Amino acid sequence: MSNSISMASYSFTLNNKPVQIDAEPDMPLLWVIRDLVGLKGTKFGCGIAQCGACTVHFAGTAVRSCGIPVSAVAGQKITTIEGLAGNHLGETVQQAWIEEQVPQCGYCQSGQIMSATALLHHNPKPTDADIDIAMQGNICRCGCYDRIRKAIHRAAAIQAPPATLQKSLIHA
Amino acid sequence: MPDDKIARREFLRHTGLSSLALVLGVANTGKAGAAIAKLPGHPPMEGPASYGITPYIIIEPSGKITIINPRSEMGQGTYQSIPALIAEELEIALQDVTILNSWGQKNIPDQAVGGSDSIKSSYMQLRKVGAAAREMLRTAASRQWNAPMEECTAANGAIHHHPTGKKLGYGELVALASTLDVPANPPLKEAKDFKILGRSMPRLDIPLKVTGRAVYGIDMELPGMVYASVERCPVFGSRLISYDDTATLKVKGVIRTVKAERVIGKNHYEGVAVIADNYWAALKGRKALQVQWDHQGFDKFSSTEYEQHLRDLANADGLPVEDSQGDFDAAMASAQHKLEALYETPLVAHAPMEPMNCLAHWQENDKVDLWTSVQGADIIMGELPTTLGIPRENITPHISFLGGGFGRRLLVDFAGEAALLSKATGKPVKVIWTREDDIQSGPFRPMTFSAMKGAVTADGKILAMQHKVISPSIEATQSEKFDKTKPDGTMTEGISTQQYEIPNTKYAYVFADIHIPLQYWRSVTSSTLAFAHECFIDELAAAAGKDPLDFRLQMLTEDSDAKRVLTKLRTLAHWDKPLPKGWGRGIAQYEFFAGLAANVITVSTKKDGGIKVEKVVSIIDLGTVVNPDTVKAQVEGAIVMGLIAATKDGIRFENGRSVQSNFHNYRMLRINEMPAVEVHILAEGGPKIKGVGEPGLPPVAPALANAVFAATGKRIRRLPFDLTKV
Repeated sequence: MSNSISMASYSFTLNNKPVQIDAEPDMPLLWVIRDLVGLKGTKFGCGIAQCGACTVHFAGTAVRSCGIPVSAVAGQKITTIEGLAGNHLGETVQQAWIEEQVPQCGYCQSGQIMSATALLHHNPKPTDADIDIAMQGNICRCGCYDRIRKAIHRAAAIQAPPATLQKSLIHA
Repeated sequence: MPDDKIARREFLRHTGLSSLALVLGVANTGKAGAAIAKLPGHPPMEGPASYGITPYIIIEPSGKITIINPRSEMGQGTYQSIPALIAEELEIALQDVTILNSWGQKNIPDQAVGGSDSIKSSYMQLRKVGAAAREMLRTAASRQWNAPMEECTAANGAIHHHPTGKKLGYGELVALASTLDVPANPPLKEAKDFKILGRSMPRLDIPLKVTGRAVYGIDMELPGMVYASVERCPVFGSRLISYDDTATLKVKGVIRTVKAERVIGKNHYEGVAVIADNYWAALKGRKALQVQWDHQGFDKFSSTEYEQHLRDLANADGLPVEDSQGDFDAAMASAQHKLEALYETPLVAHAPMEPMNCLAHWQENDKVDLWTSVQGADIIMGELPTTLGIPRENITPHISFLGGGFGRRLLVDFAGEAALLSKATGKPVKVIWTREDDIQSGPFRPMTFSAMKGAVTADGKILAMQHKVISPSIEATQSEKFDKTKPDGTMTEGISTQQYEIPNTKYAYVFADIHIPLQYWRSVTSSTLAFAHECFIDELAAAAGKDPLDFRLQMLTEDSDAKRVLTKLRTLAHWDKPLPKGWGRGIAQYEFFAGLAANVITVSTKKDGGIKVEKVVSIIDLGTVVNPDTVKAQVEGAIVMGLIAATKDGIRFENGRSVQSNFHNYRMLRINEMPAVEVHILAEGGPKIKGVGEPGLPPVAPALANAVFAATGKRIRRLPFDLTKV
């Protein structure tokens, strides 16, 4: 990264850890997360906030990281899919996703899960209409929508901590 | 560099996997011992080709088992279903196996995914691989214990000697087993003994995909790599005159610009690549480029004019397609109740969620490593030696998970382009396409127009039917060898081979030239031809005064898969149950290379006149099933993709370029538009194996259009159509 006068240093909290990034102020958060921090779970899909593959939590709300310049996140709290590890609600959603066997290609699923987790955080028992509103910013080209809906309802119904999740992750 | 950034096969270098390993294959001749490989090598597991060993299984003395998977995972479930074939016979749990994608080694066949073919082709082949290994391990144990084979049984990754209770793990037996002959015809398990096959087993990739840890091509990194974004002319056929990169080079992070070349078969497209130390800088630098293109007249091309050209061509006789029955012309001349209709469909884009990308590293010795998402290493090995001018031995693909494929990733133009940029810059280069690049640069699914004619008798029976396809040809846009004097079988897929018994038929193909590159798209031409075929059958049924399903079954007097499927679907979809006023049901089936499925779609009329898709009931015809839940997921996905192609946006050209560019004007179905979906599998066992990924798609558009007719009396003869404006 070449030095320049327009380059600035930005500090924010990413997955509960402080980070400091030198970047052009207009660099989208998506590319900061992927290429400067090196967390690859957040995906590039459209670059114009139309598909939701890049969804992260910005102060607890689901946002499209491709449309947010890094200068806007200074001092803010950002959570990515990797940041759901150890988060009870996040792991509950992931467990429900496994139980419903939601993903096919899986590329959109980080974004889907971030949107679903934010929905359940604000609304623990969402109706189908709530799900329609909260999830329609996330495209799934494989067409997993029916399973996404079922998984959100399942996550809402799960009360116990997701003890099986770690076990099911062993193949990684 | 964290471990998760390392390509999957790289683990071999890092795990000290250097001791004896058993590599077993399907070869019916030769000693397995010949295939004992010292690992790591690079590539590490090439067995001697002279023994015909095809190495899919690596058992290490530690007991660790690796299965080589030749079928890229693009969402269709092959990461689970292909290793399952081996694991079932080898008596191991899939959870204990490491799965490694193949990398184009010469002794593994069929390293590609397409045509709904993976299970069809691999089902027996890979079960034999697993069974052969199991038998060799049993033999090794029997010798070690000096016990009869019958007393040595395989279970849970070990051979058990029941009389004594002794047990040897596969890792302990591998050294001896690897010296044995590979059995030519190992006994296969009976279906009743299956522990994995035929059950809805959880997919192994899903835990990775819900935690963001699944690695796709776009996630790969190498030390010292640079990023590239390529400006390609959206007007196909344009030549690069010159470009000015003054402003580009002032963008922070931009390193340089370099000419790029993208090859699709006979087509060579020029571009300008902006090389930068981060992708955002490459994008900004690209926006600042000033490029002069010579459009060579192709900027006059418009979809509206081209479609009129196709309509004009509909009057041509065209080339006859085989399997015509009776005397169509004579039957029509004497017929009382005749119908004619022209059906029209658009170009569409594949638009997988992961944009095209490749990380290429062209090294000084002309060895090229490619980290990318493609539908199989065979595609790389087949195409890139020509594009890159190096032997295939110099090329090593590292295939990760694919963020969708749908036929787009059967072409590797983006990987070749990246490799040439790496050669030009002397660095590892990661090229990432924007969504606009993806949607505007093709290749596209071709449009087909269908000139339909038919007649029914006075007593409501089918008398004659014509299906004449007018379309460009996928092959013609890619290959110099295309023969215009013969009908293109791909472009007339399935029109003459439906099971319907029609006394007089005529099938024909009229070729239309086009300069835009075209490509297979999920369910290929059946995705459009089924629309014309099955909607026109519906029109004939209406002309005959018959129920659309009765009319179809009337044409299916002999036993056939189509008859069984439609008969079953009548019950499953409650076809004969009355619907509320303003509602309608439509039915369609289509049988083609991938298999057979049928759909019943129910729609309702909204107060504002629009149509709501209430429910889709689908049935897919399979003999044997590996993972029923995966089958259901695939059909669910095919339904969604079919609904999008029928009711959202086609690709339209104006002034030589695609009007559609991103998901705001090339729209996808979203969760709030998802109808209720019910998928049924017709599987009666036996040797018949049919495809899963594609068959659900072709019957979507016609079932929907037929439902709209049932609800409103309006015929839909052109796709896409807007559900809100019917």
